[in-house]
Amino acid sequence: MYKILDKSIIGADEMVLNMGPQHPSTHGVLRLKIITDGEIVSHIEPIIGYLHRCFEKHCENLSYEQIVPFTDRCDYLAAMHMGHAYSIAVEKLLDVELPERVEYIRVIVAELQRIASHLIAIGAFGLDVGAITPFTWTLRDRERILDLFEQLSGARLLYNYIWPGGLAHDLPPGFVDKTIEFLDYFEPQITEYNDLLTGNKIFIERTADVGVMPKEVAINYGVSGPSLRASGVDYDLRKTDPYSIYDKFDFNVPVGDGRMGTVGDCWDRYYVRVLEMEESVKILRQALKSIPKGDVHSAMPKKIRPKKGEVYSRYESARGDVGFYIRSDGKNIPTRVKMRSPAYCNLSVLNEISAGWMISDVITVLGSLDIVLGEIDR
Amino acid sequence: MTSIVDYLLNLLSFIEIDASLLLIFVILIPGIGLFLVMTVNAMVAVYMERKISAFMQDRLGPMEVGLFGFKGGKKFWGGIGQTIADAIKLLLKEDIVPNDADKKLMLLAPFVIFIGAFLTWIAIPLSENLVVSDFNIGIFYIIAMSSVGVIGIILAGWSSNNKWSLYGAMRAAAQIISYEIPIGLSLLLVVMVTGSLNLGDIVQWQADHRWFIVHSPFTFIAFFIYFISVLAETNRTPFDIPEAESELVAGWMTEYSGFKWAIFFLSEYANMLIVSIVASVVFLGGWLSPLTLFNIGIPDNWMFLDGPILGFFWVLIKAIFLIFVMMWFRWTFPRLRVDQLMYLCWKVFIPFALANLFFVSIWELIF
Repeated sequence: MYKILDKSIIGADEMVLNMGPQHPSTHGVLRLKIITDGEIVSHIEPIIGYLHRCFEKHCENLSYEQIVPFTDRCDYLAAMHMGHAYSIAVEKLLDVELPERVEYIRVIVAELQRIASHLIAIGAFGLDVGAITPFTWTLRDRERILDLFEQLSGARLLYNYIWPGGLAHDLPPGFVDKTIEFLDYFEPQITEYNDLLTGNKIFIERTADVGVMPKEVAINYGVSGPSLRASGVDYDLRKTDPYSIYDKFDFNVPVGDGRMGTVGDCWDRYYVRVLEMEESVKILRQALKSIPKGDVHSAMPKKIRPKKGEVYSRYESARGDVGFYIRSDGKNIPTRVKMRSPAYCNLSVLNEISAGWMISDVITVLGSLDIVLGEIDR
Repeated sequence: MTSIVDYLLNLLSFIEIDASLLLIFVILIPGIGLFLVMTVNAMVAVYMERKISAFMQDRLGPMEVGLFGFKGGKKFWGGIGQTIADAIKLLLKEDIVPNDADKKLMLLAPFVIFIGAFLTWIAIPLSENLVVSDFNIGIFYIIAMSSVGVIGIILAGWSSNNKWSLYGAMRAAAQIISYEIPIGLSLLLVVMVTGSLNLGDIVQWQADHRWFIVHSPFTFIAFFIYFISVLAETNRTPFDIPEAESELVAGWMTEYSGFKWAIFFLSEYANMLIVSIVASVVFLGGWLSPLTLFNIGIPDNWMFLDGPILGFFWVLIKAIFLIFVMMWFRWTFPRLRVDQLMYLCWKVFIPFALANLFFVSIWELIF
């Protein structure tokens, strides 16, 4: 039985406000139990589980190949990242050496996916503070990435593209040129977003100095991804613990610097995502230039039946540090799959950083954390 | 300056009818006329808003619904019938009243808001002679009547028995009452200079001198204080916190549906047009043509532009431009927070408006 809020923490002038699960800006089916005194929020309790689909339990009854589509559905805004993270874990378990071309294509789709996911994040954040137009602009540009992915895999949202040991298909003809064309179009668009939203006085008023997450708090709560980097921690798995072939590329890790207020405020969390898109473009240009030829299916095992053992692999997704723990008993189905969800840890910090602010600020902070409920509830 | 009521009284006095019947005619005809104006305004403004937002967001907006045989599709007439379809949809929708709501107050609230907008229209001049009743206290009456609506908002928020509605209503009450002060102060400045509360006199003063917005630096500031404050008064972005859809779902309108909601909508757009017309009459010369912007010697044969019919046209052009600016704001700016909104009102606008009032009196003494 779920414990109802402790009555003793509700003061005489305070009331309990239920935000969600059906609410325009809880980014899915999240429910927030908020104790408020007028507009001032004193306590927030996120209630999750409305989108629980037993991902981890399902994995114990499915073969390794059959799990791949399920991983896509975890983080539906960055499905490529989930498939990539899972594949890396299985490959570590199987100990396969991948062809160079596979790694390049994986990096290309992962970075395109990162741009797509951050576009949603910054657009929806604009929506949370009341600006509607940035959202349609970012969706317009995300549409182009989805078109590229559609050519690649046939799907627009859940791609099922990156498989353990390789890829579902090789790149379609002309994909590289189309991606370069997209990048040429996309880079000036970032300036346009900055003109419309980032530098807006009202936007800065609403987000700077709001929901400040100090470095210590972020680390204590296990926050990862752009939200952690906005607090001034230079921690990106692509740099600190490089997987795939990220060590071959030259890119920076943007870190929040408190340009408009304090380090780790909502504006920093927003702006780090904007900067990260620029870095992704940089990686994409390098990868597209030097993509080698080869067969993407050559390393793919006919049957995935790892030896007895266990593995934990980490992956830097658009939301943060995705971890896959897989234990094998030597059968074709895993004994246990555990996924570390970055958005889950990021959400847990909500009460710490937004208590004491106003209802509008809770929405702002929630938007700046960029959660995806599919991944939190799994 | 004659008004519609005077005109009707004169017209009908030739016919031998009972005085009480005459009174009913004189009340009913402008009443129905105003209602039609409000309805048409809402329809046009909604279409305009949809098309403008679509233009700003790289979309097409409504394109399918046609009107009177003009099919939709990607032709010039794209979606011209959309608002009529919307209105029919709203009227046919189920009228939902929550179980625990205060049903009488909930029914009353839309009408209070509507009455506020409707009564204001009586004193709004659309042209030199196109005003229902020509008050000698026109501005005072408009300010008074436009604040009736807030009672309806509080009723709506309280009676819905919904926490979001209550939040919206309380925010709206605080916001609208606060922003009435800078609005009043900036209009007071005009009254002080012209020495009249009558809108006709104010326009006449502008015809004799120059438009108010360019009369002195202080009236220039007063226009902007007025315009930004009426954005708050009409709950438009960036001051739309009473109905902030990302925070309060729909604010005080959360529990309303169907016809009642349509009335809210009608009043909201009517208020937008009212404040724009007041701004154009008081600051932008009303029914004067742009030639009179500065009082420079214009040959008399150019003055045909100021005729009674073209006057209506000029008022509407100015008002529609201001409405366009409001829509432009809405689709560009984020929303302020409650405390920032109050800060802007009490610590920026009111001191500036008061200082304005002081300096303009000195200005008038000197020049």
